[in-house]
Amino acid sequence: MPMSNHTPLEDMSAGRGQGGGGPPQNCLKVYIQRDYSEGTMVKFQTRFPSELGDRLDRQSFEYTINQLNNYFAEAERASCSTYCEGCLACLTGYLIYICTETHYEKCLRKIAKFVSEQNDRVYRPRGLLLTDPTTRGLRLIEISVLDRPAS
Amino acid sequence: MPRITRKWELFPGRNRFCCDGRVMMAPETGVFYVTVCLIAGTSGLFFAFDCPFLAENITPAIPVIGGLLFIFVMSALFRTSFSDPGVIPRATPEEAAYIEKQIEVPNNGNSPTYRPPPRTKEVLVRGQPVKLKYCFTCKIFRPPRASHCSLCDNCVERFDHHCPWVGNCVGRRNYRYFYAFIVSLAFLCVFIFACAVTHLIMLTRDNKPFLEAVRLSPGSVVVGVVCFFSVWSILGLAGFHTYLATSNQTTNEDIKGSFTSKRGQESFNPYSQRNICGNCFYVLCGPAPPSLIDRRGVVTPEYRAEQERVSEDCIVTDKTYGTVKIVQPQSNGVAVPISGSDDTGSTNNLVSNHQRQQQQPHSSPHVEPMNGNVVNNSSQIVSNEVPLASLNLAPIDIDEIEPLPAPGIRQTGCTVLSTAGLESPGLPPVATVMTPLSASRLRLLQDTTMIESALDLDSLEEASIGRGSQAGLIKLGAI
Repeated sequence: MPMSNHTPLEDMSAGRGQGGGGPPQNCLKVYIQRDYSEGTMVKFQTRFPSELGDRLDRQSFEYTINQLNNYFAEAERASCSTYCEGCLACLTGYLIYICTETHYEKCLRKIAKFVSEQNDRVYRPRGLLLTDPTTRGLRLIEISVLDRPAS
Repeated sequence: MPRITRKWELFPGRNRFCCDGRVMMAPETGVFYVTVCLIAGTSGLFFAFDCPFLAENITPAIPVIGGLLFIFVMSALFRTSFSDPGVIPRATPEEAAYIEKQIEVPNNGNSPTYRPPPRTKEVLVRGQPVKLKYCFTCKIFRPPRASHCSLCDNCVERFDHHCPWVGNCVGRRNYRYFYAFIVSLAFLCVFIFACAVTHLIMLTRDNKPFLEAVRLSPGSVVVGVVCFFSVWSILGLAGFHTYLATSNQTTNEDIKGSFTSKRGQESFNPYSQRNICGNCFYVLCGPAPPSLIDRRGVVTPEYRAEQERVSEDCIVTDKTYGTVKIVQPQSNGVAVPISGSDDTGSTNNLVSNHQRQQQQPHSSPHVEPMNGNVVNNSSQIVSNEVPLASLNLAPIDIDEIEPLPAPGIRQTGCTVLSTAGLESPGLPPVATVMTPLSASRLRLLQDTTMIESALDLDSLEEASIGRGSQAGLIKLGAI
């Protein structure tokens, strides 16, 4: 029963997690904050946190963050197609949102996929875990250092 | 089969949810039903009394146009009311602890005054300094343009205002629906009014007395009267929001005067797209941001444990914060104690401090600044203290604590005093908001929005007050 009435959105939220039941508690967490220098669009700071110095090289960290920033920039870009989407939705009295997914939601799906892929390839082998920023309200990226207790 | 718990059931805000979390509304929805009844009732009378006559005598397009407009209005209204306005989820306990550690100022034990950590953070947005405030309820530094809605108890992204008429906050996610609702309602209202008047005029055409027309079609008279009285405020509101959309501002920012130049300092709206059409398109048809609170997600045991830890943390940290009397930003130097007592411990002391501070606004130092031109007299900051621990209240958003202006600068002070009863469900709502607003702003606010009491007026900036020499108004709004 619960499986049959899932809407696409719920599938997405179910897929937001890390598969293994979310990040563990009571371990050291490093937070990458938002960068507001260009406005309120989602963009994260690329400054390398010193806590990760012995685990991760700067390049792969910066690659992850830049890639995430690019995905969010794509999601929030004011392009012609998003304007058309918005206008069309308005013309239908916003009833179209009942049956379709917005461009932003498609991008979030891509981001969730990217995060889990990065976790498998880069972060988990080094004892780290990246949390999808969507689950943290797009406020920050959380990187858990799995085998170090919270200070 | 075990029942599934969904995340909306553990949602920490005060919102109401229906249809298993699909519908999200403000806690008070009474006025929303009035709105629905008013629109549906007036339109119903129009369709029953005016439409048959006008379709026969003028054109059958009239009921079609009316019907389409009505459907559009209702769907935009329901969209606005039932969707998530852009609530920012609260911080996890780890994140809250991390922020806490970041803002903590080393407090040496022999210092006579307790210096609380700064509660604001300044960031540059396109070269424009923007102050981020710490939200004591959500345990986050609010993103730019976000504000905490005291009625729903959530931080809302790009907060516009809390609208009781639509029974929801208006924020980043539902502003476009709200705008569509207001504009289409203005059209519907004018259309119905015109039709009703036409109907009545046509009935009196053959030298029949007006009373005869009223007897023939009493519904038209009712419709005409209702539309006549509502059309002005709706048109005003539509115009006001069109202006806001073209300049990419929110009602909140417009009233606070966030982007007006102050103290000779150039100030502009850093979020604007720099041209009118760009702003309009971006605000009304731009990318639709997703809901961040995942209210239909299934609650896992871990999630439940985390929520429980959050509520435990709340109680603990309230006690800590309850002793914070004056908050000052770092940039302004030394903290100035108001009460003169540096005891931060017991509940009794807090009560007495609170009472002392409550009386202060009625004495001269706080009234003077509102008459303008008081040099450097705004070093009095009132914080609102209520013995949290003893009353066991909900977490309080200590927003009212305003930073001191830099000394030596001539300006009017802005003192906001509010009792904490505002946020506590059990106490009578006796919020006394003393905010000097310029007369024209206040007028505009009341005329156009009718929501003055529901606005977030927590941090009026000097710009909106210090303009010109108008005597500031003291607004006592009971929310």
